[in-house]
Amino acid sequence: MRTLDQLRPGMSARVVRLAARGAIGQRLSDMGFVEGTAVKLIRAAPLGDPLEVEIQDYLLSLRRAEAHLVEISDA
Amino acid sequence: MLRSSVEDGSEPASRAGATNGAAHAPLRVAVVGNPNAGKSTLFNALTGLAQRVGNYPGVTVEKKSGVLEVAGRRIELIDLPGTYSLAAHSPDEMVAVDLLLGHVKGERAPDAVLAVVDASNLERNLYLLSQVVDLGLPVVVALNMSDVAERRGIHVDAEQLAARLGAPVVPTRANRGAGVDRLREALRAVADTRAPTRPPVAYALPDPLAQGVAALRSGVAAPVRAALGRDLHEFELLRALVDEEGHAEARLRALDGGVAEALAASRARARGPSTVPLSALEAQSRYRWIRQLVTGCVRRDERMPTTWTDRIDRVLTHKISGTLVFAGAMLVLFESIFAWAAPAQDALETAMGWVGGAIGAWMPEGALRSLLVDGVVGGVGSVVAFLPQILLLFLFLGILEDCGYMARAAFLMDKVMASVGLSGKSFIPMLSGFACAVPAVMATRVIENRRDRLATMLVTPLMTCSARLPVYAVMISAFVPQRSVLGGWVRLSALTLLSLYLLGIVTAVAMAFLLKRTLLRGPAPPFVMELPTYKVPSLRTLLQRLRERAVAFLARAGTVILAMSIVVWALAYFPHGERPAAAPTESHAAATTGAGAGEDVAARAAQLEGSALGRVGHALEPVFRPLGWDWRITVATLASFPAREVVVATLGTIFNLGDAEDDPEGLERALAKARRADGSPLFTLPVALSVMVFFALCCQCGATVATIRRETNSWGWAWFTFGYMTLLAYGASLLVFQGSRWFGA
Repeated sequence: MRTLDQLRPGMSARVVRLAARGAIGQRLSDMGFVEGTAVKLIRAAPLGDPLEVEIQDYLLSLRRAEAHLVEISDA
Repeated sequence: MLRSSVEDGSEPASRAGATNGAAHAPLRVAVVGNPNAGKSTLFNALTGLAQRVGNYPGVTVEKKSGVLEVAGRRIELIDLPGTYSLAAHSPDEMVAVDLLLGHVKGERAPDAVLAVVDASNLERNLYLLSQVVDLGLPVVVALNMSDVAERRGIHVDAEQLAARLGAPVVPTRANRGAGVDRLREALRAVADTRAPTRPPVAYALPDPLAQGVAALRSGVAAPVRAALGRDLHEFELLRALVDEEGHAEARLRALDGGVAEALAASRARARGPSTVPLSALEAQSRYRWIRQLVTGCVRRDERMPTTWTDRIDRVLTHKISGTLVFAGAMLVLFESIFAWAAPAQDALETAMGWVGGAIGAWMPEGALRSLLVDGVVGGVGSVVAFLPQILLLFLFLGILEDCGYMARAAFLMDKVMASVGLSGKSFIPMLSGFACAVPAVMATRVIENRRDRLATMLVTPLMTCSARLPVYAVMISAFVPQRSVLGGWVRLSALTLLSLYLLGIVTAVAMAFLLKRTLLRGPAPPFVMELPTYKVPSLRTLLQRLRERAVAFLARAGTVILAMSIVVWALAYFPHGERPAAAPTESHAAATTGAGAGEDVAARAAQLEGSALGRVGHALEPVFRPLGWDWRITVATLASFPAREVVVATLGTIFNLGDAEDDPEGLERALAKARRADGSPLFTLPVALSVMVFFALCCQCGATVATIRRETNSWGWAWFTFGYMTLLAYGASLLVFQGSRWFGA
């Protein structure tokens, strides 16, 4: 399964599932990472981590480790 | 299901309430909203200056309330911390739920909720609203930032949304004050009806969750009733069920009577054969409801215009230009503090000196005069001396935060900070510590995670603040040889100063690393941070927050510093020798001119040696002897625990000098001439290094201790900071002194 951290800058995808449980999973769900939501990778920080993504009309920064928990399919 | 305010009120709502009935009690309205939705701006626009700030018991969340009056009705607004969801994984996050349900001691349940919603980002903002609606309170929605939404091609039909929500929806532009009058009117209308919001387009918990909640309710009813004397609210049960390892669960588990089993059984029931976490189930169902709600209410232009935010981000988060702008911003920050705060500080100090001089000339010699001049005026002086720095730093940080850059700075620096177990959000507060730890500790409020916030707060005072500079300046120019090193490129004095800065940084980083692995150990918090759209900060909000911070500092930290200053004054004054000081009325003038003051300062030095402080210094001399100190250095250090910069003045007194602050070279000469009992020089390079290292690491700052106490709402963390830093300072000085003697420096 592809995950959000594998997306290239400028590419979009849809959220399929969260592999995260507990507080991190809940935070991501609450912030809008639910099944079927479109998500676009905007860019990575200059040092390579964290990432900047666009979801639900807003910009969000999350670490690669967290993006790795978001399973995606093609948009 | 909704308890009336009368039953729930654990404090009297109003004095009029008893005779006039509930209709005339002030309406209590809790203000909720996502971070960056413009909640504070709207709160300020509604309440103006009528605000009060305090703490909730047992948590670090600030309690802010304000009062407004509409058509003779008093409305009390309670500002809740900005949050994306009511799910709670810490006591701090639980405060919102507790307050909304009226479970905070001494706080009456709110009669209504004002939900501030960002129109340009409606779906995510409605998520919190969907949870708030579950609480069964009347809700008024402020549809904020409608102008930003329009610019981005998002058109929200407020009337349509209101009809579907079953709640008034008022478009506002808080930064311009637009829509505020209509909002007041809507709040007043709620005061009359107090009808809970029930959306015609209703949200229903998905069946598995509803079954889980029902199972949990019956499973824990008996132990809950036995322990709390009430039933749990539907929403509390949902939180306990869904928030795995969350705070509602922890509170439930603290009860006896098979609660753990009931919880496990209810969760198994809710989960069924599915592998989807319950939190994802809740989020899915709420976002589905939100889609139903907004479909047809929100129109989007086909072509989304490239927003300003995106264009600015291309520059500000770029590898090269982003780093340059970041470095530039930090440079301006420090330049402004040193260039602008210093003159203001000098002016304040001169003014305090003048006040002290005037009192000194007016009053007869004696304990009272000394108390006023040296204790009170000196103490107040060291309090207000912080103000220019605090205000400037906060103005700057406020601009950075309100325009949206703060989140970008955290984005740029996160990887660096992650290596010590913190997040990018800790960077700016720690950096601010180079100016002054007091505003830096207050600036940690941007860090949501409690452990990260505490770790940042506890290590920030190790950063070399500007108050350490005078001490370093005197010591370095007196005792570090005027020599160039590294092939003549760098002066040894500059290298020493740099090393002291590095010592602070390295120690802070190491302590953060250590704290995050020991006392503040816990699962890594998610670094899921919104990058808000850039906007022009509202001057009004900025100034109001500045005022708030200044008042908070003066009221809370100021009183503690003043008290400490008076204690140290008393220790230095009593017991007071009978020997009259020569020419009392001229003593101040004589001290400042420095000429013909020999006898007077000698008397003062003798008085200090005989005082309680001097005796303590003598008594503690054996403790500090391994650091190379004698009783005089010990006394000067002890006297500077409330504020480290006073050490220069104290050294001046001890080493028989007039006004050391106006004559640093005189102090340097006096220190260089100082001898031990055996005639050897008191200050050698190892001793000077030992003193500087001690000042680098020790928490000699009453203001910082008081601020940590205020921000953590606990003396425990404040004393912990003081304790660990003092021990660290002692250990490091010991190492430096003994080590440098060993190497024969």
